[in-house]
Amino acid sequence: MNTSNSIGIVSAQRAHFDTPLTFQSGAVLPRYDLVYETYGTLNAGKSNAILVCHALSGHHHVAGYYADDPKNVGWWDNMIGPGKPIDTRKFFVVGLNNLGGCHGSTGPSSPDPETGKPYGASFPVVTVEDWVESQARLADMLGIRQFAAVTGGSLGAMQALQWSLSFPDRVRHVLAIATAPRLTAENIAFNDVARNAILTDPDFHGGNYYEHSAVPVRGLRLARMLGHITYLSDDVMADKFGRELLSGKPNYGYGIEFEIESYLRYQGDKFAAYFDANTYLLMTKALDYFDPARKCGDDLDKAFAVARANFLVLSFTTDWRFSPERSRTLVKSLLHNHLNVSYCEITSTHGHDSFLMQHTHYHEVMHAYLERIASEFSE
Amino acid sequence: MSAHDHFSLAAARPDFAAIAAWIPPGASVLDLGCGDGSLLRYLQDTRKVRGYGVEIDDLNIVACIQNGINVIHGDLESGLSGFESDAFDYVLLSQTLQATRHTEPLVQEMLRVGREGVVSFPNFGHWKARLNVIRGHMPVSDELPYQWYDTPNVHLCTLHDFESFCADLSLQILDRRVMTGGSEVHLLPNLLGSMAVYRFKRAA
Repeated sequence: MNTSNSIGIVSAQRAHFDTPLTFQSGAVLPRYDLVYETYGTLNAGKSNAILVCHALSGHHHVAGYYADDPKNVGWWDNMIGPGKPIDTRKFFVVGLNNLGGCHGSTGPSSPDPETGKPYGASFPVVTVEDWVESQARLADMLGIRQFAAVTGGSLGAMQALQWSLSFPDRVRHVLAIATAPRLTAENIAFNDVARNAILTDPDFHGGNYYEHSAVPVRGLRLARMLGHITYLSDDVMADKFGRELLSGKPNYGYGIEFEIESYLRYQGDKFAAYFDANTYLLMTKALDYFDPARKCGDDLDKAFAVARANFLVLSFTTDWRFSPERSRTLVKSLLHNHLNVSYCEITSTHGHDSFLMQHTHYHEVMHAYLERIASEFSE
Repeated sequence: MSAHDHFSLAAARPDFAAIAAWIPPGASVLDLGCGDGSLLRYLQDTRKVRGYGVEIDDLNIVACIQNGINVIHGDLESGLSGFESDAFDYVLLSQTLQATRHTEPLVQEMLRVGREGVVSFPNFGHWKARLNVIRGHMPVSDELPYQWYDTPNVHLCTLHDFESFCADLSLQILDRRVMTGGSEVHLLPNLLGSMAVYRFKRAA
């Protein structure tokens, strides 16, 4: 492990909230916990905070590693640390596990204090707006009135965008990476197939599998396999796996023969072993529902009329799940509202997953933009 | 950027100062092929414009962000569909016209998204260029620093050519500055000017 520019050993913290949170659905969560990590130091003016929002399967462990588990490196460690684009010598970085998650924050697998049993199917459907509301409460608790930036990729970037709409004066910059202002029908279709894999698994038990000591592993595995295909690109799959056969010759059966089959099953099994199926359902629903234009008569220009932040929008050439075209639609609405925006389409072979990868040009763009943000509070 | 930087920049790029003189404070500006963002930065600092640049080159995009300007990644050859009609007061094309392939549609697009267009380009009618051709060689100069085989310039023109192009497209020329080495040229501009800047709009 390269620890020379790692933030090093980190640890998670837990915040408890007793003020009820009313969700977009109307459901009320009377109390909840958010698990989070912070890196770097909040400056005296409290002006150097960056919130990192996670995507579908992410969590609060964004950078560094744990003392008792040094191999558990944060999911965006290549982006965050001393000397990295999100430089922890300059910024105070906050990462959290969203509500509904399965990494410590209150979610379907947490015990409901009313019943003592896991929430299961009774955990309310969470939207991006609900998350942003809960994140604002965490910011209040940390004494952060305004973030220097809110960032994330994919579903994480949707939260960053929502910050500029829900709390226009609490975020100076939004760095929205590999995202879209709303999902396409095709994109929702992929999510629905993934959800159906889980919902129809006999071990799902209507979402209350915890009390049956069961786990809908088959459904979760299928959901992840499907998702994984859409996060990669044709190019990278061809390059990484091609049509290679594990045994070098066809066996004329239905076992695992091609490298890509082996890879997908491995990814599916790995994921199903630690991720909660109800959380997967919630996260995909949050993706589907995100649509700031909807409340404004399907007019994205109108939706962003309230925004005051400066924007950096990044897309990746081979990302077909959140294509550059979707980012350009977003940019057009930001331009319409005379907002400061820079947009760059990064040439990358890694499809949607590119936003997580080490990539020279991508990191140079991020570094340059973050330097600009840092210069605003260091002057 | 300091005042000294602005002074040296204006000296190095005389078209910058000419363009800035035409742009009223607070105007909205779109700079096509904005390079490292120097012109927009100059206009932001000296004229307080609200500006965006369009650039295709990865390294230039990073430089633009370092320069503190808004930059939109895009290819001018595929038009300006990412921009709404009448979105800007001025659309600039500085030292880029001669390197565009779809020159005519691009100039039309400039006046779709902007009220006025500003272009600067090297004058192929400059006497040095003519002398080179008479001597049997393609011109190579400060303004045209490329060899015939490595030049990005595919649509070079003279002042006369550009003015008849504007007439053909029903564009009204509002202003013109012709320069050589940073000094303005008034006498025989198509012969003595090495670089020209035009401001134009759609004829009423």
